[in-house]
Amino acid sequence: MRVTIRLFARLRDLGGSGTLTRDVADDASVDTVWQALAQEFPAVAPLRASIAVAVNAEYATFTTRVMDGDEVAFLPPVSGG
Amino acid sequence: MPTTPLSLTVSPIETAEVVRLAEGESPDGQFGAVATFIGTVRREHLGRQVAYLEYEAYEPLAEKALGLIAGEVAGQWPAVRLAIQHRTGRLAPGEASIVIAAASPHRAEAFQACRYAIERVKQIVPIWKREVFAGGEAWVEGAPADPSDEGARQAAYRSACG
Repeated sequence: MRVTIRLFARLRDLGGSGTLTRDVADDASVDTVWQALAQEFPAVAPLRASIAVAVNAEYATFTTRVMDGDEVAFLPPVSGG
Repeated sequence: MPTTPLSLTVSPIETAEVVRLAEGESPDGQFGAVATFIGTVRREHLGRQVAYLEYEAYEPLAEKALGLIAGEVAGQWPAVRLAIQHRTGRLAPGEASIVIAAASPHRAEAFQACRYAIERVKQIVPIWKREVFAGGEAWVEGAPADPSDEGARQAAYRSACG
């Protein structure tokens, strides 16, 4: 199945794009998607502990299952205000 | 200008508009107080001269996060009406990045809700700023965006209420 990956701020710089499309296994979770990302862009791997996640623009966790066509967003620590 | 009480905007924020959104179209005296918070771009950060800040947002989630904050405020201070506008894009020193208005029958709740709201914005709303300064640039990173972190929420409440 295919998912859209959204990257922001420092993660976007490290991934080279704010929007990626990748194929993942049918039983993938957010963590599966992250592992694929970390394999492709090793510099993101150490950031995992500080990353929040969202699926289809709803807050989620690394254990959240993803479905075909989902948008999985990885959010570095925020700095609004 | 955006006309919803919780929104992101690429246009300069007008404080009076945010106050109006908090008070509603025709305030009839039910509010005795409106507290406002205006966050502005500081010209100096970590000893560096800031040329400008570039704000970006994950907009659909950022708007939901503002809604979460408004819901928390409504739960804690039921009489308060809240409006928040956050700017995105390039901002020069001195420009407002966020304006919060909290309208309430009494000032104590207005001040508390306003302070709580800015603390929560900084904790959970998916907005990031890149600081561009003489000789370089850097992403500013604050809190992990976890709305379910009860410890963070209580810290925001303590900041607001002492």
